[in-house]
Amino acid sequence: MSPRIGVVLFPGTNCELDVSWAVEQLGASARIVWHTDTSLADVDAVVIPGGFAHGDYLRTGAIAKLSPVMDAVARLAADGGPVVGICNGFQVLTEAGLLPGALQKNAGLTFRCETVGVRVESSRSALTGRAEPGAVLQLPINHFEGNYVCTAETLAELQAEERVVLRYVDNPNGSIDDIAGICSPGRNVVGLMPHPERASDAILGSADGVVLLESLLDAASSFSAASGAVAS
Amino acid sequence: MEFSVRVDVTHRPGILDPQGAQIERSLPALGYRNVNQVSVGKTIRLVIEAEDEAAARTELDEMCRRLLANPVIEAYTVDLSENAVDPQVHVRA
Repeated sequence: MSPRIGVVLFPGTNCELDVSWAVEQLGASARIVWHTDTSLADVDAVVIPGGFAHGDYLRTGAIAKLSPVMDAVARLAADGGPVVGICNGFQVLTEAGLLPGALQKNAGLTFRCETVGVRVESSRSALTGRAEPGAVLQLPINHFEGNYVCTAETLAELQAEERVVLRYVDNPNGSIDDIAGICSPGRNVVGLMPHPERASDAILGSADGVVLLESLLDAASSFSAASGAVAS
Repeated sequence: MEFSVRVDVTHRPGILDPQGAQIERSLPALGYRNVNQVSVGKTIRLVIEAEDEAAARTELDEMCRRLLANPVIEAYTVDLSENAVDPQVHVRA
């Protein structure tokens, strides 16, 4: 059966249809999940897409972490289910405490909207299973608050555990250690600032995001099979 | 008791403050060359009811940690003052 991907929609989210289209092109089914929904029982993975959840009031992701759906996202993450936050979704995951650190304003104080080189640093995550470490992907970025920061202890931990899964080739925003994407200790929760869904077909200028989305579908299928086995 | 509260949220020491840095680079253009340590934060004002000042402070500290500030990148200070009770309102209540 094709994997079922839940795509969370907060008021202000604006990439939910792009993500849904991209995963459907690759054979998955997508379900938009409204932020007040409290169950993710019928999906095998969840994506928190980009946008401006709850207007990004107070801080990016600060209000979104209080939406009812986030309890279900946290439960899925705790059960080992794939959870991917893209751009604003990454900010939401850090605010919710599902990933460490925070994303602050770009060091250059400019909104960056361009395609950048992103190097795969680890294939051990729900989003990079099919990617070759060392491969450079051309992926669009589109953010003002993508400057990843964390404590020295957190950074040491991320490095030691190979949890920096993506790095910028040419750092566009001042992120510490050129970090573009990280994963959780269980490697099933991944956050990244670049938009793989916007690089999912040659007509969009790059199809380099496909390998990441296919990796996510793999992870969703594995999780589905594993949880199905537990249930039966 | 009712308290008027001002929460100041600032960047934690050691955390890059790109807005503060930009302002610090801009002020000399107006001739102000004697400025440093510029920091941009935000102010949140609110009114809270609590048993006493200690209770208010405990609750405000929790609010700051859980929502008003992100402890990873932000520090906060809480200032509060007791609101005078309007005797007329008090009598009617």
